[in-house]
Amino acid sequence: MRPGSRTAMYFRMLYRAAMLRKGQAASALTAIIVATAASTAMLTLYVDVQAKLRKEFRNFGANIIVESNSPKGFTPDELLSIKTTVGDRGLVVPFSYAVARDQQEQAIVAVGTDFELARKLNPWWSVSNWPTLQGQALVGVRAARLLIADRGRFTISFEGRSIQLVPGGTLRTGAGEDSRVYLWLPEFEAWTGVGPTTVEIAASGTSEEVGGLLRRLQQSTSAAKVHAVRQVTEGEANVLGKTRSTLLASAAFIVFTAALCVLATLMGWVFDRRRDFAIMKALGASDRLIAMFVAGEAAALACAGAIAGFPAGMALAALIGRLNFHAPVSPQFNLFPRILAGALVVTLVAALLPLRLLRRIQPAMILRGE
Amino acid sequence: MFVRLVYESFRRQTRRKMLVAMAVTFGAAVSTTMIGIATGIGDKISHELRNYGANLIVTPDEDSLDVQIGSVNLRPASGGAYLDEAAVPQIKGIFWRNNIAAFAPALPVNVNAKGHQVTLVGTYFEKTIAFGKEQFTTGAPATFPWWKVEGNWPRDDSEDILIGEKLAAVLDSPPGSLLELGGSSYRVSGILSTGSDEDGQIVAPLKVAQSIAGRPGKLRTIYVSAVLKPEDTFARRNPDTLSPAERDRWYCTPYPQSIAFQLQQAIPRSRAEQIRRVAQNEGNILTRIEGLMLLITLAALITSGLAVAAAMATAMFERRTEVGLMKALGAGHFPLSMIFVTESVLIACIGGLIGFGLGALLATELGRAIFGSEITVQPVLFPVVLALAIAVTFGGSAVAIRRAVKYDPVLALRGEA
Repeated sequence: MRPGSRTAMYFRMLYRAAMLRKGQAASALTAIIVATAASTAMLTLYVDVQAKLRKEFRNFGANIIVESNSPKGFTPDELLSIKTTVGDRGLVVPFSYAVARDQQEQAIVAVGTDFELARKLNPWWSVSNWPTLQGQALVGVRAARLLIADRGRFTISFEGRSIQLVPGGTLRTGAGEDSRVYLWLPEFEAWTGVGPTTVEIAASGTSEEVGGLLRRLQQSTSAAKVHAVRQVTEGEANVLGKTRSTLLASAAFIVFTAALCVLATLMGWVFDRRRDFAIMKALGASDRLIAMFVAGEAAALACAGAIAGFPAGMALAALIGRLNFHAPVSPQFNLFPRILAGALVVTLVAALLPLRLLRRIQPAMILRGE
Repeated sequence: MFVRLVYESFRRQTRRKMLVAMAVTFGAAVSTTMIGIATGIGDKISHELRNYGANLIVTPDEDSLDVQIGSVNLRPASGGAYLDEAAVPQIKGIFWRNNIAAFAPALPVNVNAKGHQVTLVGTYFEKTIAFGKEQFTTGAPATFPWWKVEGNWPRDDSEDILIGEKLAAVLDSPPGSLLELGGSSYRVSGILSTGSDEDGQIVAPLKVAQSIAGRPGKLRTIYVSAVLKPEDTFARRNPDTLSPAERDRWYCTPYPQSIAFQLQQAIPRSRAEQIRRVAQNEGNILTRIEGLMLLITLAALITSGLAVAAAMATAMFERRTEVGLMKALGAGHFPLSMIFVTESVLIACIGGLIGFGLGALLATELGRAIFGSEITVQPVLFPVVLALAIAVTFGGSAVAIRRAVKYDPVLALRGEA
């Protein structure tokens, strides 16, 4: 027999085996597709969800605060150096504070900032209307009760210099911000002569990355105190770690169950075909050849299952991401080799294990139905 | 005869039945665990989120403005209103008292320490409060879990104080030294590190702050850390505009608004509000994590359902010969189907029962390992899991049974089907 025809025969047998028992081949394939899809979806989510959740945690606002040592605040150069150190790894928002007086000589904290950045930094601020024009101020709800008598203009003064402002909107946070007046930073600087005294940074990334940025900031800015907002960083680490463990455990359970079902399905199938193997053996096939045949079949199933299951799993992960986080989940193509390898291992074990049990039995016994 | 057929089928094909039952068992176990996690995770994560500290604040109704920049409180000593310390235990008397995880009062006063004008905040550390027969221990360390002390926390009845780490560097007062404030000297029991304004302040027992301020039995604010349900559109409605039934529902849901409302009722002349930074964000995160686990649970249910159905289908296919033999002996379609249906239901029941137990155990252990507290799987879940297991095994075998019953017995017996 020519080598080529042997290979042809091998493939013919594989093909016919699948075609003749479409139902069983289909249910085995379904089990593998479902298992690979579930594994892909879970692993993709496990990798991606942490990034998604970290983004949610950034809504807690600044996790690093830089305070100027000078009462005049940061110079434009110092501010620029902080911005370059942070780069695109976070949001940098300058704040400048001063104690002003209203017309009844009541003390009130005035803050200069960039409203657009502050809005991105603190999404939890409940603001009736964000100021857009010069001369408009954002007034905390408690300060508003004091300052705005007839919803009109109000005047506050700092070291004898007064400024007239129009309330652009009110701010409610349930914390100190409620007693303050916020105005545009350039106006604030022109009025008080004080530059940004505090820079709040919402740094993105893992806790190591945030820690690294904190150290770099400490090294680069000598004229300032840099510290982490422990309330935010520690809370985040805690919740994120526990969520990650829960996800990992769930992923492990699901992958394990799916693998077990593949095992049960394939083993049943191989057992069922013991008559076929007995005939092959009676016709002179070696144990090795039969094992090769079964292994080939299993490998083909695993490959087909992985190829069909991988995109299905990614689609499932994407769907979950869209439904829950309203953001796309980035596909993890580097998972494919691992999924394929996992599918191969499970199917090969499932196919070859029953074969070992069958090998002990004489073909004659099986053929006689014993 | 029927019972005997089913019994013998189990006795003689133990290995095959085991294989299928194993698939069903693990399917049921994973479903139980995942449903347990999905229902329990909200509660666990909201307790973890208490690491973010207080999410509600109670202030006097007629208060003057806070004038604080960084750690320095510039509010004039005479300004503002106070709350009564005597009303504090009422917090544990509200409807949602079990959702109050911790609280801490605060009374800021300005003092002169070694020539520096600094703010001293009086609070509880480990104060035991009694409301009715119940006792509750709370204070700043429980309300603000990220506060760390080098040295010892002061006792609530002592005259010991904590100094913020930034201030300690300025004042040069190591733990154990004495610090003179307003004419009397206090022992520094530890250095406080919070990563926030308190680093530049002195934190002392409430009694100390009251005596320095000359306001016995008074305090300025109460920080409350409560387990909340994320706010939704219903929560934001004004309780006065709701119908009595809606109002009851609003009142009996731990929304930030309804707990704040109850706190305000409990403490005279007060105004309670959510601290939006904490309350809003933890609501978001809770919704996200709960949603994620719910979707994953759904995916897990579908996955294990499909996988079990596939295992069931293969197991049925291999029994053509048996079916052929029974048909040749004169069995009708209905009794024949019944045998297989009974077998699958039996497998489902056994698998579902063991799977539920296993799943409940897994969920409990998982909860203990990850969150340090058990996730309890509700017994109500048992019929649900069992019904799911029966539905899935039955569905998986139905197609195979139908086909098996339709085989021509001659072909089946000759092995040509």
